[in-house]
Amino acid sequence: MSEVVSAEIQTTHIIDLARAGRRLDGRGIDDWRPVSVTPGYVKSADGSALVHVGDTTVLCGVKLEIGKPFPDTPNAGVLTTNAELIALSSPTFEPGPPQPEAIELSRVVDRSIRAAETIDLTKLCVTPSEKCWTCYVDIHCLDHAGNLIDAAQLAALGALTHATVPAQRFGVAEHDYPLDVSHFPVECTFVRLGDRIVADPTFEEETAGQGRLTVATDELGNVVAMQKGKIGAFSPDEVVETVERAFRHGDRLRNVVRGT
Amino acid sequence: MGNVGAKEIPQLLSADGRRIDGRRLDELRSITMKVGPLTRADGSAFVEWGENKVMAAVYGPREVHPRHLMQTSKAIIQCRYNMAAFSVDERKRPGQDRRSQEISKVITEAFESVVFTEEFPKTSIDVYIEVLQANAGTRCAGLVAASLALADAGIPMADLVSAVAVGKVAGRIALDLKKEEDNFGEADLPMALVPQSGRLVLIQMEGHMNRDELRQALDLGTKGCREIYERMREALRAKYDTPGRAEPAGVPA
Repeated sequence: MSEVVSAEIQTTHIIDLARAGRRLDGRGIDDWRPVSVTPGYVKSADGSALVHVGDTTVLCGVKLEIGKPFPDTPNAGVLTTNAELIALSSPTFEPGPPQPEAIELSRVVDRSIRAAETIDLTKLCVTPSEKCWTCYVDIHCLDHAGNLIDAAQLAALGALTHATVPAQRFGVAEHDYPLDVSHFPVECTFVRLGDRIVADPTFEEETAGQGRLTVATDELGNVVAMQKGKIGAFSPDEVVETVERAFRHGDRLRNVVRGT
Repeated sequence: MGNVGAKEIPQLLSADGRRIDGRRLDELRSITMKVGPLTRADGSAFVEWGENKVMAAVYGPREVHPRHLMQTSKAIIQCRYNMAAFSVDERKRPGQDRRSQEISKVITEAFESVVFTEEFPKTSIDVYIEVLQANAGTRCAGLVAASLALADAGIPMADLVSAVAVGKVAGRIALDLKKEEDNFGEADLPMALVPQSGRLVLIQMEGHMNRDELRQALDLGTKGCREIYERMREALRAKYDTPGRAEPAGVPA
């Protein structure tokens, strides 16, 4: 019971602060924590990125293998995204089959990458109906200090952006070549704290939050994916405002991922 | 969306702005709702929406299984969205795939946003949604059916939750996509509205929409949800509002 009570006291405090435009870690309502993207962190992967968003740490590795196209898409390669909320990253995560939270995380990240047509899957086809590249995007959450979705998505985009197709190793071509990345979707997550909607929530803010909204934008001015989560609600006007904020942060974060 | 290298794309919008089934862009498919078709459940509803057939049942508040999920300060809601193996063209492997688990999660969260769960601590309100026949928009049809079933079970909540999907078809924003439009359209945005507060408790989206299209989609979806909401109220009245029933005692005329 004491944990519940202390959580409630903290929730009240966080919401009171937000009303005054302040946050526990001193940030403003629309500020992000410092973001860093380190590509090529894992040499055994064909592409990888280690991402820090404040204390939140996520590692993504991309592996490409030769496989068979799906019968209904004979001219396209295959892209699969999987996220593991491994038990070392949070006291609330347990070993075992993926929980709904992990499934949602994988699917929301996958949706932004897929809908934005980040990778032109037809370019991953080697021989129609027979041979194609299967691109595995595996996300490992290492430290859950809040906003895993955005950190995981940045890690996935970072790993893909700097990935190499191991064509030589699989005997498909004479040389390896860089994976062709066509678009740069970035996800931005917000939570409601009372009447305010804050960007890049910490773990404590997510716990206190009254609804979470994730918006993925691309570099062309499109919204490509959205997901509302947790208990809570948003008005259509709030959704529109949040989308504008997601575009602003997205443009900045795209440059971080691309290293420009 | 996601139809890389797919077969030929059907013409989704005619020159005079009609859709493949003859609807206008802002028109819903035909919907029928029946409240309380199941005898054993505490509440139930059946929704036929276009070519979707969805049954929902509510059990509880009752004991929590598994027990460790129990919360001392409120009821938990456990929604399970499930598609029958025969509900789609190619047989679906029975059981909860990742898509079903995600949908179950977002629907649960939508209801947790309106149900007065603090009135029933240490209990579970179990909501089962079975898709018997699917033709795009099943999570919205399921949510509407579950919402009616919750009301039928007498679960106190702030409002009925209404839902609809909006999308982009041949470059235009369209209400309530059917399967071909969903498969070959450019975007899909399922949403659930709490009509009295005007707030959305479920928002998902996939595809391509610019700012203006998104605004338009939210407006059209809100309008669609309000239309569905009226139909939901009618369906509930059809079961509970028997004509000629006496006024409750003590209430002055």
